[in-house]
Amino acid sequence: MDNTSQPTTSGMNGLIEDWVSDKDAFKNVSWGKTMMWIFLLSDTFIFSCFLVGYMSVRMTTDVPWPNTSEVFALTIAGEHIPLILIAIMTFVLITSSGTMAMAVNCGYRRQRKQAAILMLVTAVFGVCFVGMQAFEWTKLIEEGVRPWGNPMGAPQFGAAFFMITGFHGFHVSIGVIYLTVVALKVLRGDYEERGYEIVEITGLYWHFVDLVWVFIFAFFYLW
Amino acid sequence: MAYADDVENEELHEPTSFISKYVWSQDHKVIAIQYSTTAILVGLVALVLSGMMRMQIGFPGSIDMDATAYYQAMTMHGMIMVIYLLTAIFLGGFGNYLIPLMVGARDMVFPYVNMLSYWFYLVSVLVLLASFFVPGGPTGAGWTLYPPQAITAGTPGSEWGIILMLVSLIIFIIAATMGGLNYVTTVLQARTHGMTMFRMPLTVWGIFVATILALLAFPALFVSGLMMLLDKTIGTSFFMPDMMQFGSQLDYSGGSPILFQHLFWFFGHPEVYIVALPAFGLVSDLISVHARRSIFGYRMMVWAIVSIGVLSFVVWAHHMYVSGMNPYFGFFFATTTLVIAVPTALKVYNWLLTLWRGNIHLTVPMLFSLAFIVTFLVGGLTGLFLGNVVVDIPLSDTYFVVAHFHMVMGVAPILVVFGSIYHWYPKITGRMLHDGIGKLHFWITFLGTYLIYFPMHYLGFLGMPRRYYAYEDYPFIPDSAQSLNAFITVVAIVVGISQLLFLFNLAYSYFKGAPSGGNPWRATSLEWLTPETPPKHGNWGPSLPVVHRWAYDYGVPGAVLDYVPQTTSAEEVPVHENDHDE
Repeated sequence: MDNTSQPTTSGMNGLIEDWVSDKDAFKNVSWGKTMMWIFLLSDTFIFSCFLVGYMSVRMTTDVPWPNTSEVFALTIAGEHIPLILIAIMTFVLITSSGTMAMAVNCGYRRQRKQAAILMLVTAVFGVCFVGMQAFEWTKLIEEGVRPWGNPMGAPQFGAAFFMITGFHGFHVSIGVIYLTVVALKVLRGDYEERGYEIVEITGLYWHFVDLVWVFIFAFFYLW
Repeated sequence: MAYADDVENEELHEPTSFISKYVWSQDHKVIAIQYSTTAILVGLVALVLSGMMRMQIGFPGSIDMDATAYYQAMTMHGMIMVIYLLTAIFLGGFGNYLIPLMVGARDMVFPYVNMLSYWFYLVSVLVLLASFFVPGGPTGAGWTLYPPQAITAGTPGSEWGIILMLVSLIIFIIAATMGGLNYVTTVLQARTHGMTMFRMPLTVWGIFVATILALLAFPALFVSGLMMLLDKTIGTSFFMPDMMQFGSQLDYSGGSPILFQHLFWFFGHPEVYIVALPAFGLVSDLISVHARRSIFGYRMMVWAIVSIGVLSFVVWAHHMYVSGMNPYFGFFFATTTLVIAVPTALKVYNWLLTLWRGNIHLTVPMLFSLAFIVTFLVGGLTGLFLGNVVVDIPLSDTYFVVAHFHMVMGVAPILVVFGSIYHWYPKITGRMLHDGIGKLHFWITFLGTYLIYFPMHYLGFLGMPRRYYAYEDYPFIPDSAQSLNAFITVVAIVVGISQLLFLFNLAYSYFKGAPSGGNPWRATSLEWLTPETPPKHGNWGPSLPVVHRWAYDYGVPGAVLDYVPQTTSAEEVPVHENDHDE
């Protein structure tokens, strides 16, 4: 073991020491984790562009924007509740971040079975989310919302809705597949030698997808 | 435990079959050659297209080219040169080859992802080239692809060409992301013993910062490409306003064409530096090696690269002065644009100060480097003109702009590409490129570009608009412009054909070139110190190199040789006997 790559000082001096050192700028961070962080930074720019593009067309369109709390309302047991489905979806996704965090913890404690099960639970929450999204899409399509137009107002509403939630749902679906594959490999014991950092890397991606949803929720549904 | 140490303990699995060695290769050196070869081949297509356009402008009607074909050639020429040649060859070619060798790594951190990056790139090129063979041909919307005209009927290639172009760009972005993640992670986390960030050659710094720019700028192109693809294929109206065409209302409503321009240039301006920063880095190394002088102001050079990178994200709307904007925005973007000139000028001064009192060897790489400095200076100065709103508006969309960007981001980086190939070819093949052919190629290319682009500045002042198919019968264009155009065309054809010299040199020297040995230029950086030339799989033999100094120890006082390789420790430096007694 090589002492030069161990962090010696903390705070600002430690940061500078890491960056002027040899071998690696982020000490004790694996290649995979570094790469995932950089990828997520790049992906942040993609979603930012989507949201900025959406806000921009919302300003330029000359037809009034539909009232989202009405469009996304559901009538459950005779009760008309605005945004209820989105609230449930958000709750499910944030809960899944909780189970993911627990899986990471179990991974580092080398409780391989619990880690795998918690990851699979996370994946199931993810599937629920995509399922509810499919329900929401179906409902809107039945009400006549299309990417090129809708009866409630600006045609950009449908366009931005399907594009942004579609791209996010695509990310969640990829995440579900990724979680399942890693969970099965964890269960099989593939990482006994290398350690369970892979669970944390998978978790980074999953938390990112959740965080993006919070922004979509705030900017698209609540505004 | 540092992860960079792990590689030393891992066994090397050298590929054995032809397929795994040269086709589905995960070796960064093979991938670099694949990237470069593909980029040069597709660049030749763009070169031929530009020759055809010049024939039409210089000698109207001399070749069978109608207005449609002209716009298609213009669009494909621009897009191929900027994205598929320059971006790909700097990041995918030089980045792949040089980063692991220069920082002392065995390979990129994730070789499999790196391999996928190349194959996605190849697919994007094939999709792009396929657009020549679909009904309606490739898109002729201009390389900036501005909507609404890019997708409305009447624009060449609005049937299939534009769709293939957008799909190809999206695939290219996926490829660039996979490669880019590898380059950044390798630089940050896989350096060898003693290789600190501030001991890296400037080549690595240039490519590193350019790759970060690519990872942050390509998302804007990805999103705008996807939105336009949706506008074209399923009829959304992101970029499409209410409009009438051929007497009927189109099915679009309320979109924002300006939004596309913002997204496109938020990518487009950093893209200039994605191409320029690697060129800055490479040329710094060429100048230092061939002038036998340590680079002047190394740290200043690094901070200049970083600050250019940061600033490049806040200047994009200077491409949109004529699109109309609040005057205060024009003021802001003009100011930031001119501020970029400060770190850029700093770099030019540092190159000159490196040359000052240097032991300049006029080798082919050095010739190309010197040519780069003057060309970049000329192109950069006209950039100061165009960065000012009041000067830009009359010059906008004239040949002055064509001359400016061809000088600064077309010719200047290409000169670095040539110089760098002449410089690193011996490491890649073990043989020197032929010097005489190289010098002939240099002089034709260098003088030719000045004969081509200098008159274009003048044509721009005359008011000759760019992107026109024919310039006859416009009262505001004097007849003399046509003779100048004919002259430019003749030179352009000569320069274009002379590139065959370069290709011939590459092929000829591969078999007949003089053996180079491991370090023909007596350079200090790690890639010249590999145990074998060309480097084998894993680059370094049994153990990684240990770095003791920066990459620019040329002309060390008291040392016997005029250079000290990076792996030489202070005690090992051979010194003159008489220097010991002071």
